[in-house]
Formats: sequence, structure tokens, C-alpha cells
Amino acid sequence: MSDETGEDEEPPSFEERLKAARSRQGLDAPPPLSARDSGDLGGMSPWGIGLRVGIELVSALVVAVAIGWGLDRLFGTRPILMAVFVLLGGAAGVLNVWRLFAPRPTQGPKGQDRGR
Amino acid sequence: MAAGGSIDALSQFQLHPALGAIGASVNFTQANLMMVVAGVLTFGLLWLGMRPRAMVPGRLQSAAELAYETVLGMCTETIGPEGRSFFPFIFTLFFFILFGNLLGVFPLFFTFTSHIAVTLALTVFVVALVTVVAIRLHGWHFFSYFVPQGVPVALLPLLVPIEVLSYLSRLISLSVRLFANMMAGHVMLEVFGAFVVMLGAAGVIFWVPAVFSLAVNVALIGFELLVATLQAYVFAVLTCIYLHDAVHLH
Repeated sequence: MSDETGEDEEPPSFEERLKAARSRQGLDAPPPLSARDSGDLGGMSPWGIGLRVGIELVSALVVAVAIGWGLDRLFGTRPILMAVFVLLGGAAGVLNVWRLFAPRPTQGPKGQDRGR
Repeated sequence: MAAGGSIDALSQFQLHPALGAIGASVNFTQANLMMVVAGVLTFGLLWLGMRPRAMVPGRLQSAAELAYETVLGMCTETIGPEGRSFFPFIFTLFFFILFGNLLGVFPLFFTFTSHIAVTLALTVFVVALVTVVAIRLHGWHFFSYFVPQGVPVALLPLLVPIEVLSYLSRLISLSVRLFANMMAGHVMLEVFGAFVVMLGAAGVIFWVPAVFSLAVNVALIGFELLVATLQAYVFAVLTCIYLHDAVHLH
């Protein structure tokens, strides 16, 4: 690497080498990432989006109901915890959908500087 | 018309012992057999494909190289430079699911990804791996993942359980997406296939709708090929996104 003169023969241009070096150091990773951070919604059909949203909503609810039911069995507080967890699960489902459709510009830099 | 026979769309998902008496004694079902076949096919693609080690690749070697580079690109683009260390896992996962989905399209073969037990087991493994990676890389700092930023402390007892549930809901969303897509496709194939038989048996007048059902089935097979590939890709990409979250922890 160091004994390479680089003046007389440079098949990869400076731009390409800079890009390669930047991506190796992880400097260029965020831009392609923020585009697909929330799960490849760009090229999805309306049916795909609908199915995705439905699954996200329902799955949080299913997990919450399962946890609430299990905790109720554990503590013998039959309906209370499950009722609480249904509400929490609904909120978590909405949070999942929000993550799916969250505006990109506010999410990109935030995720970046926290990641450093 | 043709109301005598009912459409039995779900019996195709029943498990039967495979490999005769030996398989029956150890509960080796056709789903397990298909998993072994999927693994052998993945191994065979890479082993036979890369055996020539030609500078100018042949067809099989091109396929193997394309597979390698596609998955490697998916890892490094989605996870970042650290994605290379997860490449073997993502590659195995992607091709296991891809071959499982594609094998199911062939007649007489079984789709093991149409069982929630299989997809849920895969998902549990993925989520466990993501959690372990996050804890190993960040230690106790991992739990800050569940604390949203810029939120008054008074709201945290409400928001942290929601974040935890949102994290755990990956288990269901990831597994149900794959399972439901595969199962729905095969149920539709079965239903339209049964239409063909029933309408065909009902008399000459019904042969026109029978041919229509057959045409729908032909289109559905093509659609199934698309869904099989797409769902394997989606599963792998979502795993990559979860791993990115675990590595970068925003």
C-alpha cells in the first residue's frame, strides 16, 4: 500500500479509491442505510405496505397479550395485567408503524450521532 | 354444482414420517427431509459451483459468485462495515429459506417454511442472536435502546414497556410474515387446483371455468416463485436491519 507510487498507473480513479476507503472506514455507511433503515418501503406495492402494517400492528398485540396472560397466570391477577398489556401492545404496534413511516431526515442524523 | 366434494386446502400441511420405518421411529418427517435437501442444495451450489475456480466463471460458478456477492452486498450495505462478520449467518439463513420456499413450488415437495413452528424457531434464533450481539458489543448500555431520547422521566415507566414490546414483536412479525405468505400461496394453489378437478368433473359446460382456474393456477405458480424469493430476501434484509440496530444501537 505504501510503496505504491500511484502517479503513473492508477486504473481505479481517485474518486473510486476515495469511495472505497470511505466505505471501508464506515464513513459512507449511513447514507444508503437511512434510505432503507425503516425496512425497504420504497419499492413496495400498496398491498405489500398494507400487509406489512397489519402484521406490525397485530404482532405487537399478540406478544403483549401473551406476556399479559403469562404474567396473570404467574401472579394470579387474572384480568388486570392482560388488560394493561393489551393497551401497551396496541401502543407498541402503533410505534412499529410509526417507525415504518417515520420521516427520514429527522431519523437519519439522530441514528448517526448516537451510533458513534 | 360440485358441492359434493369439499375443498381440503389444509391437509397439504400435515406432517408425515419420511424415509420409511427408520424415519417413523425418530419422527423424521418430510419437513425435516426438505430441510436436509435445502441444506444439501445450498452446499452443492457452492461446492460444485466453485470447484472449477475458473477465472472466467461458467454458469454454475456465476450463480455461486452472484449468490455470494448479493448477500455480501446486503450485509455490508445494511449493517455497515461490521456486516462482514455476520455474512456466514445471513448467507446460511437466506439460502435455507430461499431453497425451502422454492422447493415448495415443485409438486410432491413440501414447504417447510409454511409451518409457523419452523419460521418462529428461525426468528427466535435471529432475535436471540441480535440481543446477544448487542449485549456483547455494548454491555449494559444495550438497555438504553429501550429508553427513547428527549422524553420526560415521568413518562418512562409507560414508554419503556412499549419499547420492549415493540422489540419483542419482531418475533411475531418476522415469523408470521414468512409463514403467512408461504401458507397463503399454497392454500390458493390448492383451492384453484381443486376447482379445476371439481369443475372438470361437473360436466362439459363447466370446462370453460375449469380452464380459467387452470390458467389462474399457472399464473399463481409464477407468483409463488416471486413470493418465495422475495420473502427469503425480506427475511434476510430484516435480520440485517436488526443486526444494524444491535451494532449501532441508536
